[in-house]
Amino acid sequence: MKEKFNITTSTCVPLPLENVDTDQIIPARFLKATTKEGFGDNLFRDWRYDKQDNKIDSFVLNNPIYSGEILVGGKNFGSGSSREHAAWAIAGYGFRIVVSSFFADIFRNNALNNFVLPVVVSDAFLAGLFESIQNDPKMEVEVNLPAQTITNKATGASEYFDINSYKKLCLENGLDDIDFLLSNKDKIEAWENK
Amino acid sequence: MNTLFDKIWDSHVVTTVEDGPTQLYIDRLYCHEVTSPQAFAGLRARGIDVFRPEKVYCMPDHNTPTHDQDKPIEDAISKTQVDTLTKNAKDFGLTHFGMMNPKNGIIHVVGPERGLTLPGMTIVCGDSHTSTHGALGTVAFGIGTSEVEMVLSSQCILQSKPKTMRISVEGKLNEGVTAKDVALYIISKVTTGGATGYFVEYAGEAIYSLSMEGRLTLCNLSIEMGARGGIIAPDDAAIEYLRNREYAPKGEEWDKAVAYWKTLKSDADAVFDKDVLFHAEDIEPMITYGTNPGMGMGISENIPVMESIPEAGRISYAKSLDYMGLEAGQSLLGKKIDYVFLGSCTNGRIEDFRVFASLVKGKKKAADVIAWLVPGSWEVDKQIRREGLDKIFEEAGFALRQPGCSACLAMNDDKVPAGKYAVSTSNRNFEGRQGPGARTLLASPLVAAAAAVTGVITDPRKLL
Repeated sequence: MKEKFNITTSTCVPLPLENVDTDQIIPARFLKATTKEGFGDNLFRDWRYDKQDNKIDSFVLNNPIYSGEILVGGKNFGSGSSREHAAWAIAGYGFRIVVSSFFADIFRNNALNNFVLPVVVSDAFLAGLFESIQNDPKMEVEVNLPAQTITNKATGASEYFDINSYKKLCLENGLDDIDFLLSNKDKIEAWENK
Repeated sequence: MNTLFDKIWDSHVVTTVEDGPTQLYIDRLYCHEVTSPQAFAGLRARGIDVFRPEKVYCMPDHNTPTHDQDKPIEDAISKTQVDTLTKNAKDFGLTHFGMMNPKNGIIHVVGPERGLTLPGMTIVCGDSHTSTHGALGTVAFGIGTSEVEMVLSSQCILQSKPKTMRISVEGKLNEGVTAKDVALYIISKVTTGGATGYFVEYAGEAIYSLSMEGRLTLCNLSIEMGARGGIIAPDDAAIEYLRNREYAPKGEEWDKAVAYWKTLKSDADAVFDKDVLFHAEDIEPMITYGTNPGMGMGISENIPVMESIPEAGRISYAKSLDYMGLEAGQSLLGKKIDYVFLGSCTNGRIEDFRVFASLVKGKKKAADVIAWLVPGSWEVDKQIRREGLDKIFEEAGFALRQPGCSACLAMNDDKVPAGKYAVSTSNRNFEGRQGPGARTLLASPLVAAAAAVTGVITDPRKLL
């Protein structure tokens, strides 16, 4: 069953680019899989590796000073395709949380459905966070799901973040939607017969 | 007081989760081979059946090669994925239009042309361009694979209701301006994330002046500004479009359906969360210069200078132009291009091929240009030949390929090489979309045709 969310404290990996789209998160050629395994290896593939499969040193995932369960992205993270493979890649790589000032809708839903928590923060908090990470790559962020707060432990700045209560319940308890839907069959049939 | 979106959404609510999403009934699930394997595997793991198999239609489109479709697919992984859909459809008792089936094609071309998409429906597919079907007055949107599994297992989905936005385009479109240009213009103004959280309704004189295929093109691109979906209230043109389509109702059922469809419009006093107005006269043929569909401009304009970009966005902007090998402030007219792609769920329909043919007729493809003409379905291919357009293409030095998503996202072998420029009638110009390092310039079939015969970016109005 899925791991439950509570309070996560971690260092962060910064990606200060706007409009990071799903094709960068997971290029189309990796969508041919018929299972959910192995996507972490291909997260940001074409930014991580060159055509000869050599690591591109300048890309943040290849920089050993950055690590952690939290990915911090610029505005409009996850725009583009509905490919849930993007969420599988992020989860598969080891990120449990993505922080941004703005998420594309379909990506946000896919992330939640895969127990990756998208945390929406203000532009100011995001800018402050990128600055803190740049000053000290080992700085930590605390994400408290029950309280719905995110704290920049380097500066002490803290913000409340929004999350749908139903999804919060699912994340806290490791539940998925299908069990819920299957338990509602009689309501579905009632609707069909009205 | 209700918008059309509200009416369709509200009438499909099965129940609402307290403090949570709505459980929405889905009338139609379209299924292609890329986003369904794990969903079917999930059903097998649970030991359950597809709940309402008659509402599900399957077909491969993303992996299909555009040549030699009668032979096994050479790419083993692609072949496996396509075969997996065939097997899943068979095992679960679902209608499946496989490769070489005359009904096969790109799913968002086939749905409407077969009369499988009907006004008032809720429609989903594991594909963000599901928004296409909104042109026929449906609430249609893209979903992830887990959600596909939800719909297969219960014919329902859990979704939070988005806000509503009306985008009106008043006035008359100028010559040489197509639905694709209207869409790219809107997205350039609203920006790539500007409609996130909203379901868009398109309205206004210019919108209703578009043919049904033009409306399909427009609604297709709704996702590119982040909208949940895009809908156009059905009018007489929509009803005529559907008459006698294979899966559309007939006889008494047709009359009943039409009576219902005529009620599908926003109330006169409906209030939208956001109302946006554009003027058709401001729109000229468009072309994109950057790496998201919002980075587009009129073909006669220059690429925006850095000073006009908000400071927070300048790093990304510079990266974008660097990838494209373009400079801020430059014009694109006269720029040499290497590939032209006519096709995709955006512009792969008969009218797109007619428009392309009308411009290239009597001319020749530029020698240095590689052109891929990919009909959106076998039905479109049939019609191309029925109208003699294939002869026009042949005369001009173009060859027709076989239907599929093809170079839109290059999952098959139609890939644009690194560094090469492709004028493409598809929907995304992200980095690497058409192949690693490929440089995509999105445009209408007219602009694509003009580039194909001159070999450079050309204002098509000069050739009309």
